[in-house]
Amino acid sequence: MSQIKQNSLKNPLLEVRSLSTHFFTEEGVVRAVENVSFEIYPGEILGLVGESGCGKSVTGLSLLKLIPIPPGRIVNGDILFDGRSLLNLEEKEMEKVRGNDIAMIFQEPMTSLNPVFTIGDQIMEAIILHQRLNKTEARKRAIDMLDRVKIPSPEKRVDSYPHQLSGGMRQRAMIAMALSCQPKLLIADEPTTALDVTIQAQVLQLLKEIQSEMGMSVMLITHDLGVVSEIADRVAVMYAGRIFEYGPIEAIFGEMRNPYTRGLMHSIPQLTERKGRLNTIPGQVPDPMNLPVGCKFHPRCYMMIEDCKKGEPIFQVDGDHFSRCIRWKECC
Amino acid sequence: MNKNNFLLQTRDLKKYFYKEGFFSSDKKPIRAVDGISFSIRKGETLGLVGESGCGKTTAGKSILRLIEPTSGQIFFEGQDILLLNRKAMRKLRPRMQFIFQDPYESLNPRMKVGEIVGEGPEVHRLALGKEKIQKVSDLLEKVGLHPLDAQRYPHEFSGGQRQRIGIARAVALNPELIIADEPVSALDVSIQAQILNLLMDLRDQLGLTYLFISHDLRVVKYISDRIAVMYMGKIVEMANSEDLFKRPLHPYTRVLLKAIPKLDPKKKRGKAFLQDEHRPLPSDQGCLFQSQCPHSRENCKTEDPQLLDEGEDHLVACHFVS
Repeated sequence: MSQIKQNSLKNPLLEVRSLSTHFFTEEGVVRAVENVSFEIYPGEILGLVGESGCGKSVTGLSLLKLIPIPPGRIVNGDILFDGRSLLNLEEKEMEKVRGNDIAMIFQEPMTSLNPVFTIGDQIMEAIILHQRLNKTEARKRAIDMLDRVKIPSPEKRVDSYPHQLSGGMRQRAMIAMALSCQPKLLIADEPTTALDVTIQAQVLQLLKEIQSEMGMSVMLITHDLGVVSEIADRVAVMYAGRIFEYGPIEAIFGEMRNPYTRGLMHSIPQLTERKGRLNTIPGQVPDPMNLPVGCKFHPRCYMMIEDCKKGEPIFQVDGDHFSRCIRWKECC
Repeated sequence: MNKNNFLLQTRDLKKYFYKEGFFSSDKKPIRAVDGISFSIRKGETLGLVGESGCGKTTAGKSILRLIEPTSGQIFFEGQDILLLNRKAMRKLRPRMQFIFQDPYESLNPRMKVGEIVGEGPEVHRLALGKEKIQKVSDLLEKVGLHPLDAQRYPHEFSGGQRQRIGIARAVALNPELIIADEPVSALDVSIQAQILNLLMDLRDQLGLTYLFISHDLRVVKYISDRIAVMYMGKIVEMANSEDLFKRPLHPYTRVLLKAIPKLDPKKKRGKAFLQDEHRPLPSDQGCLFQSQCPHSRENCKTEDPQLLDEGEDHLVACHFVS
């Protein structure tokens, strides 16, 4: 049964509705995330994809209310998790959600893991906090988790410090930490970017296996289309704080309906024989404090027409597939 | 000596790093580059590919003597540059230039862009005064920037633009050889494409020869004529780009190729099968890949495999293959 059919039978685990997160700085307002809406269903992997500055990391941090206030602030919208609004929760209640129902892993494991505590201690911290196990039980659980993420000799490694592990091992340790309380949703922000390609392959495979076993949902934030193509079920493509295209992975990769998505795909060198110049997107991402009127991509778009300056409406291409482009029918 | 029109040749190039240990028993060096040999013809692009720690960046820097090699030979137009004294080496430097990986760290933040790009021509007396200003303007335009950008500072530019400045600096001295160390890795994919196009255009316009160092196989395949795969300081396979991808022979090359995402959700890559992470023991002999190799046999632990020609200029260092 296709993912679309499966989804329509379930309620979303996470619903993000018109989320806007802005940063109020001395130089002006940075509208990092503007009117972003998407869903994540139980047991699926949603890829949130885009280049630097598109707002994908800020979106992830907003979900867990980890945006520094000030200068940031969620100015609009709502985030519903299991039907409950997270924005309305008091900080005390939010703390029960973080690490427990929703967990997060980050790009640079060396800077995200505390260097002065063993990885065992760091895994146990969340368990003891949320699950009310004693130290002995928590330690056993930590060792189990390390084994689950395929770290060899887990009973010894549990007492290792982060600097004693390689990059791939650290990332696995971070995954173990994140999964220790069996969260329903894992937010993974560029989890494999700092890793070699062979280690990346292993870590992604691991993530997919565990996710499948636990029935957990994953929001995978990345700039890497390759990573997304390997494990995501559905994709949201972001640009200048907005979602430009959203839908099942086969649709986005096979029948994209947005010129930005197309530009992104075609920028990647193919492994087949084609040579000559690469198709590129001319220009650069706009200054977030000085965004173009109407469609934020129009100054760089090969399909641009006058009407593009008038607004940025979203269109439904098909069932579960949406595109923010008035010329979606002609694309691509 | 140079009958094949090789612009650059290395022979058994080595760079070892010796730890300064208080205890004299701590004498085992880190063999960052452990005997690499290759040749690049004029106008050719050789891709040097491998994962972190394989020694490719050290190799690139050693070739230009930005780091002094430990041993070996480096022939530039048939002349061993390791035999040159400082003065002679300095004279040669305009002909061989470097492009760095990190656009945020490789430009002096206290110099204006015009000063950065014009420094080489000035120091080597290739263009002075008004001529230098004109040359800088021309170079900036050549790399897709504006002549007025010469008055600005690096921090005013984006990553991709800074990389263009680095490229302008590299071609300012009209070099014949450019060693590019991960020139696009720090950039977003759409900007990567722009910079790759620029590098290819300049190669055609200026008749450049490239040693292109990268961990990204897609990028390397696109720009290179030949590719050398490095692992733990050694070249394990070297072939024409098309041939390497069609017929990867070394077990490590195969793992590397398998690990590249296909960008097609219908075709997931095969499961990566590395036994464990890249921590082979520093054995003095034998193949460094043997602890992770599915084809490993007894002699792999004791005999260092040599790079042998398997036909059509396709070289592999592997007991199993040969």
